[in-house]
Amino acid sequence: MSAAAAVFILAIVLIVLALVFFLVATILELRKIVAGLDRVIVHVGGIVEKSAPVNEIVGDINANLDAGVAALEGLLVKKAGMNDAVGLVEGLYPGAAAAGLRDFPESKDVVPPRIGEVYTKGTLTLARLGREAPIAAASPRGAALRNPAYGSSAARALYPAGREPGAAELPRSPVIGTDSPEQYERRDDIGQPRKKFPAKQS
Amino acid sequence: MTGVWIGAAILLVVVLPIVVVLLKGVLDAAKSIVPAIDSIATTAEAGSKDLDAAALLLTTQQQVKETIAGVAAYGGSLDVILDDAEPA
Repeated sequence: MSAAAAVFILAIVLIVLALVFFLVATILELRKIVAGLDRVIVHVGGIVEKSAPVNEIVGDINANLDAGVAALEGLLVKKAGMNDAVGLVEGLYPGAAAAGLRDFPESKDVVPPRIGEVYTKGTLTLARLGREAPIAAASPRGAALRNPAYGSSAARALYPAGREPGAAELPRSPVIGTDSPEQYERRDDIGQPRKKFPAKQS
Repeated sequence: MTGVWIGAAILLVVVLPIVVVLLKGVLDAAKSIVPAIDSIATTAEAGSKDLDAAALLLTTQQQVKETIAGVAAYGGSLDVILDDAEPA
């Protein structure tokens, strides 16, 4: 064998060795990739399985919440009127009146009244709820608002024995004012400049 | 004989370096994919764990239904006992 042929064969062998080395290393890396992808597929399968019913459930929850919001908005507008409803919403959530009520697009055009007006109306509504509502009228003791003694009798029940013994001998509460029977002299120094005391000598 | 020498020289000087460079590029690319796959697997595992709470949506769904039913009942009662707003 000539030297040229030997060098040629050596070159071929070197190329084959390089091919073997790098291809085997690449195969090993590809196997690692396959193993990693298998793990990914397992977890992605879990994600798909767990998230499959989410759309349906969330859609149902949103539908229920939409119905609740629509009912509450409708009730609020029906009972308080559009202006007061928007004012109440603005009072509770400042700036929310700009968005308006969802089922009442015309509410965006309402200028929200001051919360004080709405609060007063709400207070009266609550008061009516407790004292004028039909449910209170059905009480066996009668309508509370139409029976003034009914309100004080509750406080009187705290002292079932009646007035404290000796209460009549207790001094009366003082009467004050310009027409009070007991007049006291006004002190002259009130309103005058404060007295200046001499400086202390140490 | 000269042709054999030239062929051997070309193999050693041209072909072998090209083969080595190309195969090394493929190997480096394959090696760079492995950490990315590992991080994807870790992320997918964490995402899968996060979705364990998705089953609680069934409880939320039921509670929302009950809450809305309660709101409807209260709303109906309020509708009866409260006067409607006076028409503007």
